[in-house]
Amino acid sequence: MFYKIPHFNYYRVETLDEALELIDKLDDFKVIAGGTDLVMDLRIGRYKPRNIVDISNIRELDYIVDEGDKIRIGALTKLQEILESPIVKTKAPVLAEAIYQMASWQIRNIATIGGNLCNASPAADTAPPLMVLEAQLKLASKTGTRTVPITEFFLGPRKTVLKKNELLTEIIIPYEKDVGTSMIKLGRRNSFTLSVVAVAALVKVEDNKFKDVRVALNSVAPTPVRAKSVEKSLIGKEVTLENIEEAAKLVVNDISPISDVRASAEYRKEMSIILTRDSLIKSLERIGLRIEG
Amino acid sequence: MKISFKLNGKPVTVDVEPNEVLLDVLRFKLGVKSVKRGCERAECGACTVLLDGKPVYSCTILAPQVNGREVITVDYLASTGELEPLIKAFVEKGAIQCGFCTPGFLLTAYALLKKNPNPTEEEVRKAIEGNLCRCTGYKKIVEAILEAAKAFSRK
Repeated sequence: MFYKIPHFNYYRVETLDEALELIDKLDDFKVIAGGTDLVMDLRIGRYKPRNIVDISNIRELDYIVDEGDKIRIGALTKLQEILESPIVKTKAPVLAEAIYQMASWQIRNIATIGGNLCNASPAADTAPPLMVLEAQLKLASKTGTRTVPITEFFLGPRKTVLKKNELLTEIIIPYEKDVGTSMIKLGRRNSFTLSVVAVAALVKVEDNKFKDVRVALNSVAPTPVRAKSVEKSLIGKEVTLENIEEAAKLVVNDISPISDVRASAEYRKEMSIILTRDSLIKSLERIGLRIEG
Repeated sequence: MKISFKLNGKPVTVDVEPNEVLLDVLRFKLGVKSVKRGCERAECGACTVLLDGKPVYSCTILAPQVNGREVITVDYLASTGELEPLIKAFVEKGAIQCGFCTPGFLLTAYALLKKNPNPTEEEVRKAIEGNLCRCTGYKKIVEAILEAAKAFSRK
């Protein structure tokens, strides 16, 4: 009625090999998994591919595996499955916390983690938690596989390092012991909303000093970003509210927000500072350190 | 292209274009009018169906993606009596006005109660976050689902 989806040729593949073979020789295509982003993008004419390759039936890319020091998640695992996974809850709770705040049940039931990453929206909500966990992404092509850190995966809005003949197949998340993590998302509404800014944080503390600090944000730059200025400023410092607040202010050096329908650039800067502080405090609380403030 | 899937308990085969979405195939080719076309952009929940038992939006699923799977709409669950406690609670609590959002809400609520027969109010609100109602607001809908839960948890 409102939006007509243009015609395309439809290819359905059942195995990864079949998919890699096909995209190696095909031109002018988009890959569809859950389709919750892509079908809308087809409707509004953002993409007009001649061909669509449906990978949603590749069963071998749908799994969550615990390997002790790391967990591996297949790229076609649905967001809701990850949210409900006891493995993720124990070993990467900040990822589950982020997904809890994403979209709606209907979307999480069909949208995949690989789709969220490959769509490469600056507002991708699985990115900040995976960035603070320093996840690795496995990319496969007909000629072989390579692994890239998630911090190097995004190039710009809807642009990634994926080559035309490559697919994201797996997300590898190192298991970090004794860390506190959290993800705080601010949207225009309380639920089912795109982020205005979201901040994930990870802290590790020894002798009341920050041993490790990682902070990542979305919706405040062309890609999700790590807040290196904040991290550098805090590592080695004592765990005090003053130090946290001083460091949080530095987040403006790491971001370059724009004004859009969801918020102004100024508002995003202010909120980035506040949520960085809050996310650090919440992460500390989760390892039993209460910061009065 | 032809696709085959199970619709409301029965196998169906239907000729579709790859650029058609499940919503339109259900409404215009298979006559399932309980699935409502609201926003067509995965925001309102009026087009909710159960795909392999899980609530999804039929407006953003390409018809060929449904090949070999199972789709359930509110008609079927009403005919088997499984929705009875929810329908009764929606009517008694006044959780319906114009009714456009109701099939979507019923399916989401049904899927929730199948999975979790004793939800808290927060769990109910979380489950229905992807269904919009522009008449009643959500208070009565939440009350109705919690009321129906009593019948589900007795089963």
